[in-house]
Amino acid sequence: MKYLSEFRQKEPARRLVRKIHQLMEDIDREISLMEVCGTHTMAVFRYGITDLLPEKLHLLAGPGCPVCVTSNDYIDKAIAYAHQDKVIIATFGDMVKVPGSRSSLAQEVSEGAQVKVVYSSLEAIKIAQRNPQKKIVFLGIGFETTAPTVAASILMASKGDISNYLVLSGHKIMPPAMQALVEDHQIGIDGFLCPGHVSTITGSKIYEFLARKYRIPCVVAGFEPLDILESIHLLLSQKKLGQAKVENEYRRAVTYQGNLKAQKLMDMVFEKRSTSWRGIGEIPGSGLKIRKEYSLLDAEVRLPLKVRKSREHPECICGDILRGLKSPLDCSLFKKVCTPSHPVGACMVSSEGTCAAYYKYSEGKF
Amino acid sequence: MKKKILLAHGSGGRLAHELIKDVFLRSFDNKFLRPLGDSAIFDKEKIRWAFTTDSYVIRPLFFPGGDIGKLAVCGTINDLAVAGAAPLFLSCALIIEEGLEFSTLEKIVSSIKEAAEGAGVQIITGDTKVVEHGGADGLFINTSGVGIVRAREDLSPGRIEAGDRIIINGTIGDHSIATLSGREEFDFQTEIESDCAPLNDLIGMALSGSQDIKMMRDPTRGGVASIFNEIVSGQSFGIELWEEKIPIKEEVMSICEMLGFDPLYLANEGKVVLIAKEEGAEKLLSILRSHPLGKESQIMGKVIPEPKGKVYLRTAIGTRRVVDMLTGEQLPRIC
Repeated sequence: MKYLSEFRQKEPARRLVRKIHQLMEDIDREISLMEVCGTHTMAVFRYGITDLLPEKLHLLAGPGCPVCVTSNDYIDKAIAYAHQDKVIIATFGDMVKVPGSRSSLAQEVSEGAQVKVVYSSLEAIKIAQRNPQKKIVFLGIGFETTAPTVAASILMASKGDISNYLVLSGHKIMPPAMQALVEDHQIGIDGFLCPGHVSTITGSKIYEFLARKYRIPCVVAGFEPLDILESIHLLLSQKKLGQAKVENEYRRAVTYQGNLKAQKLMDMVFEKRSTSWRGIGEIPGSGLKIRKEYSLLDAEVRLPLKVRKSREHPECICGDILRGLKSPLDCSLFKKVCTPSHPVGACMVSSEGTCAAYYKYSEGKF
Repeated sequence: MKKKILLAHGSGGRLAHELIKDVFLRSFDNKFLRPLGDSAIFDKEKIRWAFTTDSYVIRPLFFPGGDIGKLAVCGTINDLAVAGAAPLFLSCALIIEEGLEFSTLEKIVSSIKEAAEGAGVQIITGDTKVVEHGGADGLFINTSGVGIVRAREDLSPGRIEAGDRIIINGTIGDHSIATLSGREEFDFQTEIESDCAPLNDLIGMALSGSQDIKMMRDPTRGGVASIFNEIVSGQSFGIELWEEKIPIKEEVMSICEMLGFDPLYLANEGKVVLIAKEEGAEKLLSILRSHPLGKESQIMGKVIPEPKGKVYLRTAIGTRRVVDMLTGEQLPRIC
């Protein structure tokens, strides 16, 4: 199989870069495109794509990493659960290092908190089965890509009477956040590179309203360098012609309708609610809450608790970075106080966070 | 809050290096330890000796292409081999968790025996401890090894200069991906097997056939990215890697894309990177390719004069980016 290497070729990349430069000359003004997905941000850095682009073309890294947009109060809650008697927190590894208001799960582990790193929600169910005398609280974070698998785990636990498996849902969905970003005129987004992974589940149809109502060109993009360059090319072509439509560059994985089975799963288990995004704040209808029918598996219902009001590090600008307003280079903590070994903000923790990407791939450049 | 040991301190990345420098080197400092090579080298009785030790704590104990026993033998042999030494003897110490099945232990011991015989070394001393259930993850193994240095030249970064070529004996990342796929929580099936193998024969052949080798390292934990960062650290040269030339199986690349891993940081257990004079690089390449463990050898980069102390990657699309040391474990992406 030579699948991936086909999307990493020098000549086609050069041709696309030439076209992009030509289009920018024709458009002749500053253009800001936002990539909403953390994997795109990482790929842009890994392949040095910004070095190939015209100066007037800006790629803004959006709030596309679920770890980064998780608000402090969620982390604080997870920490509080971790200290409860007979409770084990099961979570994806990245979450362990994210600093909440006062501490992180990693720090609390050395103080006796019970935290197990898992690679899937199904693994968390196995831990629940092996520890019937304990309650397993799984930290459900992630967008439309992860939510269906967590929904499946809830259904599985519910059918199998595994009543000690609980989920603390911090799941979020993308379209309301993209709408909030578009409505924020401070940012001024000219087009979206729409998240490829999310779109495999949702289909490209979920972005239609952005094109229709807000006149924002949208292109669903894959993650290889040629995918990203081609998607930028498509967005600029729309821009030049004054069009606003949804195009799908990532046809090898994404359809218009998406994965209907996964969508149905998500719908069965979750309902929309307002939720808080780090840096953006409360966005109506952007979070997923576990439906009443499954409330026996909802950590917030089964183990209600109150935590102190959350607070952010006063100098951390993760919020502005997540909205594309600032870059990590504008942050006084970046690389000095805040590093991947000692992160202050979530964007430095996640392997797909903007600060982590800058840290890892831009050394010596600035 | 008090500073505590994190898992990342053992991952072979930046934290591990800080730990070694700030705690161990500070306490034990001596001229043999100071180079922090894969083996310590010392002269005694007119013989140049190499001595090394390593502990193995892998989960799962059995993985496609090997098990903890084979790994414990090959890993230590390779640490001696890349120091230019022919391995002679190994020690083998086992820390066993109460409850481990006898048949499991027997399987691993026979794999230790097989690997040692295959590599032509003997295990001449050992130790066993059993700890309570929960005190170890099934089984931990420590092996130490001694060998006699055969390399005529001093294999150290001191002789490296701009223009030297970087060679690797085959595909990167196979070991990491094979062990991941062996873990029950990963729901993917792959054909990838660990590259776990003793490199003493291959390296012995390279050393006797070529006078142009300046340094060798085995890119285990932390992958090729960490090894090259270690090599350039504090030196008056840098390294440029050529993405198109780095051997990698298409399947490993796909799994990396799926999980969000950078293959440059994946562990290898049967790979050696060699730095050699430009003039002798092609000859060395053909020597390596004539050995079963070197068939897919490639010249994958070169030593550059500037910028000093940095590792760069020339990407497949022609751009250039920095390759830093790993700063924590690589974890699958969450979307």
